[in-house]
Amino acid sequence: MRYRHKVTDRQVEWFIGGLLRAGVIAAATIAVAGGIGYLVRHAEDSPQYAIFRAEPDYLRKVWAVLSGAFALRTDALIQAGLLALIAVPILRVAVSMVAFALERDLLYSLVTALVLGILLFSLLGGRI
Amino acid sequence: MTALLACGSTAAGFIGSLTGLGGGVIIIPLLSLLLGVDIRYAIGASLVSVIATSSGAAAAYVREGFSNIRVGMFLEVATTLGALGGAIVALHVAPGVIAVIFGGVLLYSAYLSFRAPPGDGGAAEASKLGVLLRMDGSYPTPEGPRHYHVRSVPAGFGLMALAGVLSGLLGIGSGALKVIAMDRVMKLPFKVSTTTSNFMIGVTAAASAGVYLSRGYIDPVLSLPIMVGVLAGSLAGSRVLTGAPTRALRIAFAVTIVLLGIEMIYKGFSGRL
Repeated sequence: MRYRHKVTDRQVEWFIGGLLRAGVIAAATIAVAGGIGYLVRHAEDSPQYAIFRAEPDYLRKVWAVLSGAFALRTDALIQAGLLALIAVPILRVAVSMVAFALERDLLYSLVTALVLGILLFSLLGGRI
Repeated sequence: MTALLACGSTAAGFIGSLTGLGGGVIIIPLLSLLLGVDIRYAIGASLVSVIATSSGAAAAYVREGFSNIRVGMFLEVATTLGALGGAIVALHVAPGVIAVIFGGVLLYSAYLSFRAPPGDGGAAEASKLGVLLRMDGSYPTPEGPRHYHVRSVPAGFGLMALAGVLSGLLGIGSGALKVIAMDRVMKLPFKVSTTTSNFMIGVTAAASAGVYLSRGYIDPVLSLPIMVGVLAGSLAGSRVLTGAPTRALRIAFAVTIVLLGIEMIYKGFSGRL
C-alpha cells in the first residue's frame, strides 16, 4: 500500500464484516470450552439465581478474569469468552477510528474517538 | 437447568428475530417471571446475548453496503452516553422499579408491532446539519445506487440518547426505538435504518456491559447457555423467514407481550421480583 493510498468506506465495511464474524466465533468458542469444562467439574451443582449476590471479584475485573482464565479456572474461562464478546463491538469502533483517520476525516476520527473513550471508560468499571 | 435455559433462549432468539424485537425483550421476562431468576442476573445475561446477536447479524449486513457508518457512529455518541448513564442509574434503584419500566416498554412494543410497516422513505431535501456532518449517503438497489438525505439530526440524536438509557437500564438492545429515530425522524430509508440500528445495538450494549460486569451482574454459568441459545435461535430465525411475519403470528405475539408486561408491572409494584 502506497503512503498516499486512500482507504474507501467499502473496503472498511468488508474488513469490519470479517472482524465481527471472527470475533463472535472466537468469543463463543472460548466461552463454550469453559462451559464444557465447568459442566465436567460441577455436574452435580444446582446453581441458585433467585437471590442476587454480586459475582466474586475474580469474575468482575478485566485483569482478574483474564488471569483466572489463564489459570484454567473454568468459570473465569467462560467469563473471558463473554469479555471477548463485549470486546468485539469495542474493537469494531477502534477499527472505524483508524479507518476514518486513514481517510483523513478529522471530524469522524474525533467522533469515533469519543465513542471509544466512553466504551473503555465503561469497560474499566465506569467509576469517576 | 442449563438445558432448560438453552432451549428457552433458543426460542427467545428465534421469536425475537422473527418479530424484529430482539432477544432481550423476551429473555428477561422468561428468566425473571418463569424461572424465578433475579432480574439483575437476567439483565446481565441478556446484554451479553444482545451483543452476540447484533455482532453476528452485523457481520452479514455490513458487507451489503446498506448501513451508514457515519450516521451510526455519530448517533452512537448519544446511545453510549445514554447506556452508560442508564446502567449507573440501574445500580441505584430497586429491582421493582426496573420491572415496572420494563413492563411499560413491553406494552409499548406490543403497540408498535400493530402499526403499519413504514414505507421506503428517504427525504427529498437535504438538511443543513446532515450536510455539514456529511451524513447523506446511498445504498444499492437493483437499478443502481440510490441517494438519500438525512434530516432532523438533533431530534434523532435525542431519541437515540433515550434508546441508550433504556438499553443500559433494562439490558435490551432497544432496536425498535433506534429504527424509529432513524426511519421516522431522520427520514433514512427503512433498510438503511434497520441495518444501521443493528450495528449500533452491539456498541450500545457494550457501553453498559462493562458497568454490569464490574458490579458482578454477569454470571458466567447463567449467561453462557443464554448467549449460545439466543445466538443460535436468531440465526435460525433470520434464515427461516425473511419478511414480515403473518398477521396471526403478530397478534399472538403481541398478546403474549401485553400479558408479560402487565405481570412485570404487577410484580414490580408488589415487590415480588
